[in-house]
Amino acid sequence: MKWSELFTSSIGKKLVMAFTGIFLISFLVVHVGINACIFADLFDPTENGEMFNRAAHFMGATVLIRIAEVGLFAGIILHIVQGLMLEVQNRSRRGKGYAVQMGNKGSKWYSRSMGLLGTLLLLFLVLHVSQFWWDSRVAHNLPEAGYDPSHHDLFLRMTETFQNPWLVVIYVLGCISLAYHLLHGFQSAFRTIGVHNNRYLKMLNSIGIGFSIIVPLVFALMPVSMHLGWVGLNN
Amino acid sequence: MEHYNMNLTLKVWRQKSTNDEGAFETYDVKDISSEMSFLEMFDVLNERLIAEGKDPIAFDHDCREGICGMCSMYIDGRPHGPWQANTTCQLHMRAYKDGDTITVEPWRAKAFPVIKDLVVDRMAFDRIVQAGGYISVNTGNPQDANSILIAKDKADLSFANAACIGCGACVAACKNSSAMLFLSAKVSHLALLPQGDPERKSRAINMVAQMDKEGFGSCTNTGACEAVCPKEISITNIARLNYEYQRAGYLAD
Repeated sequence: MKWSELFTSSIGKKLVMAFTGIFLISFLVVHVGINACIFADLFDPTENGEMFNRAAHFMGATVLIRIAEVGLFAGIILHIVQGLMLEVQNRSRRGKGYAVQMGNKGSKWYSRSMGLLGTLLLLFLVLHVSQFWWDSRVAHNLPEAGYDPSHHDLFLRMTETFQNPWLVVIYVLGCISLAYHLLHGFQSAFRTIGVHNNRYLKMLNSIGIGFSIIVPLVFALMPVSMHLGWVGLNN
Repeated sequence: MEHYNMNLTLKVWRQKSTNDEGAFETYDVKDISSEMSFLEMFDVLNERLIAEGKDPIAFDHDCREGICGMCSMYIDGRPHGPWQANTTCQLHMRAYKDGDTITVEPWRAKAFPVIKDLVVDRMAFDRIVQAGGYISVNTGNPQDANSILIAKDKADLSFANAACIGCGACVAACKNSSAMLFLSAKVSHLALLPQGDPERKSRAINMVAQMDKEGFGSCTNTGACEAVCPKEISITNIARLNYEYQRAGYLAD
């Protein structure tokens, strides 16, 4: 059996989805952890996002992390392209459809809507990357941080962005899409890579539910708390 | 349970041949006993259609005791009808009440083309089994059963998978028309036994290749297959199949 067959068969395509999915899940841990530094402002209102800006600078100025970033984009693109191709292919397998749909008899709506949820996330991602990543990592047009002129004030960009209530709504909707995408994707990825031990499956199921609630919730709290002024520039 | 009679409206898919467009036809059936099976209700309707000089409704059936896997009706949006762990032939009319309307469709999947009315061609499953769902043994006298040791839990799990009757309800229920639950039962039932071990790599690779050739979709773990399986084959077997497939894929020459 050739390697190419292993990753292009019906199971192989799912393996690509699962491996890239787990990789993206691990990225979410890093992303949510670093961004949660904005909440340092809750404990020290004069902090003005310094901890977050320093963390963001570390991520942007460390060569190894920038190399890993290339891998991250490759993973995202692979996950998106393979996901869309799988969705189209799987939809074509039925032919004439049923007059009476099965609906929720036996499966959850979000498990059947991974293509839709993923597409919503893709749209969100285009907006999100253009708002933050592009300006801080490519265009380099963010203002200097107060504590060190060689650092960007990404925190300022966040507080400005989330003054717009519509953007807050879009970000919260993005987080809800992410939550449902993860609620199915997390445990499904591990099933696809072959975990079939019932004890581990139960454990992964519970971890998956916890992860799908906590990570998107913490993400969603960022625009919300900046919009409501819980976190922001105080002086 | 108290016996009662009912009048029903049936909306049944009629299709003369594979290439025919097909359409629903509505039939009123009267005085159906609550003790009849679903297929007996179709027998009553067909007797009437024959007496009227019309073409009876073609549907697959054989043992009518839930073990052969021939019956295959998609009833009101669920393969094999409303009952859990049940085949169409074991669905009884006490599941319905007077005045109900029931919609009956064939399995829908490109890999299962309609032959006529509610009969679909499930030879794709046979070809998948032919690709590796067996063990190669020399014929001759069977050896003593105790000469091969098998752990009890493995034997039970293997047996639970061997219960798959290949009816195709998993494909009919899956939004991707995936045959993975069927295939996972066939692969697991042999992979769990020492007799199946020597060929487990080629089995997994060849059976998946045949499944792809037949045009079934990929599994996205929605669980619809497990919910409708008359033999309650567990979706965990699909994870085992994924494991078997990778084990073969990474390690085979």
